[in-house]
Amino acid sequence: MAVITYLEGIRSAMQEEMERDATVFVLGEDVGKGGVLNATKGLRDQFGEERVLDTPLAESAIAGAAIGAAMYGMRPIAEMQFADFILPATNQIISEAAKIRYRSNGDWNCPVVIRAPYGATGGSALYHSQCPESVFFGTPGLKIVAPSDPYDAKGLMKAAIRDEDPVLFFEHKKCYLSITEDVPEDDYIVPIGKAKVKREGTDITVISYGLTVHYALKAAEELSKEGISVHVLDLRTLQPLDKDAILEAVRKTGKVLIIHEDNKTGGVGAEVSALISEELFFELDAPIMRLCGPDIPAVGMAPTIEKFFLLNPDKAKEAMRTLALI
Amino acid sequence: MNTRTRGTDVPVPHLAESLVSATVGKWLKQPGDYVNQYDVLCELITDKVNTEMPSPVEGVLLEILVQEGETAAVGASICRIEEPGSAGEEGASLTGGHGAAGAAVLSSGAEDAGGEGSMRSRFSPAVLTLAGEHGIDLSQVNGTGLGGRITRKDVLAYLEAGKPVRKPALAPSPAAGTTPAPAPAPAAAPMAKATEQVRTTGIHLSEHPPIPKVEVEGGNEREYYIDVTPIRNTIASRMRQSVTEIPHAWTMIEVDVTNLVTLRNKLKDEFIRKEGVNLTYLAFLLKAVVNAIKDYPIMNSVWAVDKIIVKRDINISLAVGTEDSVLVPVIKKADQKNIAGLAREIDELGRKGRSGKLTADDMVGGTFTVNNTGSFGSILSYPIINYPQAAILTFESIVKKPVVIHDMIAVRSMVNLCLSLDHRILDGVICGRFLQRVKENLEGFNAETKLY
Repeated sequence: MAVITYLEGIRSAMQEEMERDATVFVLGEDVGKGGVLNATKGLRDQFGEERVLDTPLAESAIAGAAIGAAMYGMRPIAEMQFADFILPATNQIISEAAKIRYRSNGDWNCPVVIRAPYGATGGSALYHSQCPESVFFGTPGLKIVAPSDPYDAKGLMKAAIRDEDPVLFFEHKKCYLSITEDVPEDDYIVPIGKAKVKREGTDITVISYGLTVHYALKAAEELSKEGISVHVLDLRTLQPLDKDAILEAVRKTGKVLIIHEDNKTGGVGAEVSALISEELFFELDAPIMRLCGPDIPAVGMAPTIEKFFLLNPDKAKEAMRTLALI
Repeated sequence: MNTRTRGTDVPVPHLAESLVSATVGKWLKQPGDYVNQYDVLCELITDKVNTEMPSPVEGVLLEILVQEGETAAVGASICRIEEPGSAGEEGASLTGGHGAAGAAVLSSGAEDAGGEGSMRSRFSPAVLTLAGEHGIDLSQVNGTGLGGRITRKDVLAYLEAGKPVRKPALAPSPAAGTTPAPAPAPAAAPMAKATEQVRTTGIHLSEHPPIPKVEVEGGNEREYYIDVTPIRNTIASRMRQSVTEIPHAWTMIEVDVTNLVTLRNKLKDEFIRKEGVNLTYLAFLLKAVVNAIKDYPIMNSVWAVDKIIVKRDINISLAVGTEDSVLVPVIKKADQKNIAGLAREIDELGRKGRSGKLTADDMVGGTFTVNNTGSFGSILSYPIINYPQAAILTFESIVKKPVVIHDMIAVRSMVNLCLSLDHRILDGVICGRFLQRVKENLEGFNAETKLY
C-alpha cells in the first residue's frame, strides 16, 4: 500500500500498462516533458520518444492518429491537454471511434483511450475550466469514465487501456493533487460500468461523479452532526450508467439529489433523473433534485463570478439539507 | 463580502493551475502589527512559484494561524486581521459563507412547521405505495416533513411502532425543537415561503389528493363511516368539475317504440343463438343516436373557451353501473358499427365493467355519453354531463301507455329520452332537432330493419 495522489494514480496506471503491453503508447501536446499537468512525467525517460509522442497542436490529428493506430492493433492513450480543447476532435471521436465497430459489422474495433482533464480549478476562466462530458454523453459506442479518487483513477485507467472499445477518460484537474489515498501496489482494475457507494445513509441519496463527490462527502459529514444521514453514490462511469446501482441507491431513501459541475440542462443528471422517474416513480418520496453548474457559457475570471458559478461543499450542504427537510 | 464578527480571515489564494496548497515561508508581520492593504504579510512557497502574500485588507494582525514551514490548503485561513470599525462584536465564527444563513432559515422554517400545514395532505408516490401495501390510514400518521408533510420515513416509523404516534404539542412553543429556536415572529415568513415552492403542477388533482383505501373506523351509535375509495373520489371530483364548469340545461322527448319492441321480440332468440349475446334495446338506441349525431355533429364537441372542438370520430361513452360506482367505457368509432356490432360491444363492456376488468384504454376517447337508466326502472332522470363532452342522453324505461293516435286511444310502448346539454355550445333549437332525429330513427325501426 502507498499513499498516492489522483494524478499519480493515472500516471502509474499508464506506466504499468506500458510495461505490461508493448502496444500501449501515449501521445499528445508536450507529453514528452510530462505534459502541462505532469500526468506523463518520466514516461519518456523510461519508454523513449517512440512510445511517448509529442504531437502538433491539433486535437483532431491527435485523436485521429490514435484512432487509426488503435484500429491497427495498437493501444494508444491520447491526451487532450485540457478537455476544453477536445472539441476539434469530436468528429473523430463521435463519427469514427464510436461507430467503427458498428459500421464494420464487428470486423474492426478501436481500443483507444482519450484522456480529457476537465473541470474548474479556480482562476482559470473559460478555456481551462469546462466540463464537456455532456457533449459525448449521448453517443452510443463510447464509454465514458470520470473517477473521483486515486484508487478508481488507477483502476479505471487500466480497465480503459485494456478495453476493446474507445473510452473517454475524464479526469478532474482539481482532484489531481488534492485527493490522496492508500492504493494497493498490486495489479487491479476497476470495472467500467460500475458505480460505488461512498457513504451509507438513510435520509437522502446523493448521486455524483468527479470532484463534486468530495463536496457531497464533506457536506454529508457535516450534516451527520445535524442528524441527517446521507447516502452517497459515485457514478464513476457515465456511459454506460450503472442503472442497478443507481436504482438501489435511490430505493434506500426515496429522496435523491444529483450533483455535478457540468451545467444543468442536458447534463448527466438529466438522464439519471429520467431513469429514476421511469423506474422508481412509485418509490420516490420527494421531487428528484439537481445541483449543477448554471446554464452559463463558462465560468468567469472574476472571483465573484467564479464563486457564484462553481459548486462548493456549502452549496452542496444547503441543497442536501433542503431535500432532507422536505 | 465576509461577515466575520471578529477579524477577517486571510485565505491562501489560488496561485496557479492545479495548485491546491502552499507552504508559508517567513512571516513579515507579527500579531499586533498594523497592516495596510497590499502590505506583504508573508512568503508563500509552492511547487511552481514562490511568492509574497499581500494583505487583502487593512487592519491589525490579530493572529497567525499557519506557522512558518507549515502547509495550508488553497482557501484555508493563514491569519486573521481585524479591520477598523469591525471591533467589539463577540462570537467569532470560523465556518459559514453565504450558504449558512440561508440554510439556517430553511431549517428553522421546517422546525416550526409542525402545525397542520398545507403539505399535510400532499402524499409522495413512496408514501402512497407504502400506505397501500400495508393498509395504513394516513390520517393517523404523524408528518415531520416540510409543512407537516408525511415522509416515507414517517410511514416506516409508523409501521415499526405499530400504532399511531401523534406529534406531541403541535408547536405551541418553538423552543421544543432540537436546534436553537429562532424568534417565532421572523420565522413565520420564511416558513410560508418554504412551503409554497415545492410543487406547482397538477392543478386539478392537487385539490383532491388521491385517498387510499382505508379501513372503516370511528363513528358512534348514531352514525358510522365508510371509506372513500379512490374511484369514489374520482367520481366525486369529476362530477363536481362538470357541474361547476358546465352550465347544464335539460330537455326530454317521448318516443313511440312499439315497432322496435316487435322487431326485437322477433329477432332476439335467433340472435342469442347465433351470436351468443343479448340483443338489447340499447343497441338500437345507440344506432339511432349515432346516426343523429352524424346529422348534427355539433353534439359531438368540446368547449375550449376560445373555440369549439368538434370531434370527427363518434366514440360513445356508455355508463356502466356497479354496486358502488359508475364507469364509462367507450365504444370507439361507433359510427362504423352496425346494430349487431354495437350489441356485441355493449355486452363486452358491461361484462368487463361489472367484473372490474376494464382497462384504462377502454375508458378514454369518449365524445358523447349514453346512459341506460331504464335498466333500473327510471322513467325520468337529469344526468350530469361526462366532462368535457357537450351532452349526455339517457334511455329510460319502456312503458306501455294509452296514447292518442288519429283521435283514437291506443296502447303503445313509449319511452322517454332525456338530454343534458352544455349550454355554452348547444341551444334548444339544435338539441330539439337532434332529439327529433333520434326519435325518427327509433320510430323508423320496423320489421324490415337489418341488424347487419
